[in-house]
Amino acid sequence: MSLKRKDLLSLAPLSVDEIALILETADSFKEVTGREIKKVPALRGKTVVNLFFEPSTRTRTSFELAAKRLSADVINFSPSASSVVKGETLLDTARNIEAMQADIIVLRHSSAGAAETLARGVKSSVINAGDGWHEHPTQALLDLYTIRQRGMDFAGLRVAIVGDVSHSRVARSNIYALTKLGADVRLVGPSTMMPWGVEKLGAKVYYDMDEGLRGVNVIMMLRLQLERQGRALFPTIREYTRLYGLTAERVRLADPGAIVMHPGPINRGVEIAPDVADSLSSVILDQVANGVAIRMGILYLMSGSN
Amino acid sequence: MTTRTNKPTDRRDAKLVMDAGDIARALTRIAHEILERNKGVKDLTLVGIRTGGVHLAHRLVKRIQGIEGVQVPIGELDITLYRDDLALRKDQPVLRKTSVPFDMTDKVVVLVDDVLFTGRTIRAAMDGLMDLGRPGEIQLAVLVDRGHRQLPIKANYIGKNLPTSREEKVQVLLEENGEEDRVVISKS
Repeated sequence: MSLKRKDLLSLAPLSVDEIALILETADSFKEVTGREIKKVPALRGKTVVNLFFEPSTRTRTSFELAAKRLSADVINFSPSASSVVKGETLLDTARNIEAMQADIIVLRHSSAGAAETLARGVKSSVINAGDGWHEHPTQALLDLYTIRQRGMDFAGLRVAIVGDVSHSRVARSNIYALTKLGADVRLVGPSTMMPWGVEKLGAKVYYDMDEGLRGVNVIMMLRLQLERQGRALFPTIREYTRLYGLTAERVRLADPGAIVMHPGPINRGVEIAPDVADSLSSVILDQVANGVAIRMGILYLMSGSN
Repeated sequence: MTTRTNKPTDRRDAKLVMDAGDIARALTRIAHEILERNKGVKDLTLVGIRTGGVHLAHRLVKRIQGIEGVQVPIGELDITLYRDDLALRKDQPVLRKTSVPFDMTDKVVVLVDDVLFTGRTIRAAMDGLMDLGRPGEIQLAVLVDRGHRQLPIKANYIGKNLPTSREEKVQVLLEENGEEDRVVISKS
């Protein structure tokens, strides 16, 4: 089978088979990233544009490296500094990029639905690298890949996603994908950070962290967006850490073989204790390494001529 | 580049060109030829091209072991990422794993494939090998050479030379894929 899609905007509409295909394709690229010469000619002559309206180092670098290892030409475009200030719309910026013959546009934007809007307006393939509070599909896919790499089976897998679920596109993409694959998803956090009606997505909500972590196989921590402090979501960072910070003691409530994940960048000592972030059960750096392989896989699958 | 299918043909016009005995004898001869040309197993390695060449490479390794008593290193190569038609395709082909678990620096690498046709697969395979290391020498073994080369490529070891027309389809069916060992030719 192949991925018959022009764009990758969201995990919500993807089938189980499509997700499996992406993970298997990433396997082949994982082998490539382990070679001495980490480059293959698959995307020779193609142009990938990283269009990032929001600051990002990790995701942008990961996409850049992935495209370069596939021999594509990569251009990083961060319009925040230039055209937006001059009043250019998203679609006009993108059309300009398209006019330069971009095959694939990787978009990061602060508004939910930006990738969808862009995909409708341009012929190039669009990959959503995070749109507002909506989705961050490649992050969830690399999370899935990391879980699978640890030999875990998704059916019946107990996963706790802990933190500010409301404002997390990573959480949303993971909820869509994990529930689809048959995992038992628990959302843990204060009520101010839990979106209304999130249970409808098939996840269970826990306001008590200890209860939520009991027996889980995967603990997925979300970054506490410190910039949101003062918006009445939590009284103090110290209180948040006491109630929802991951400590070694809390890890012990989970399954003995449980892994700890975090999309980064981590706030050491806030949502995750330093000793937990550096512990053997932490797969945080594996996630980063797998991110390149997953993105190579997605770029490869999206690179068919339109 | 030729599109490979591993599906068995139940087509009525399919004509048998090699049976199980023919394939076994051809592989035994190729194993001897490889050893003769390379004067034994020193520095000898085999790499099967996915998917058709992998099983044949394993069979050759077994035969070489039977003759010399040594198991030579074997690898598996997926050439998809090196195809010359990737940019032209609408849907990208499914990738399979490459696994060459030995250092091939200065080694003799015998590439193994089932059918040699245009030569484009072999070009891709050689580029793929070069990205994995620097072999001392690359040789090519194929079960069937059906002609119609589009590149200046030639096999060192050939099971059977098979004159074909460009439109015909040659299929190597193997036990490892749940088939009876045989090579068939059919009008496409």
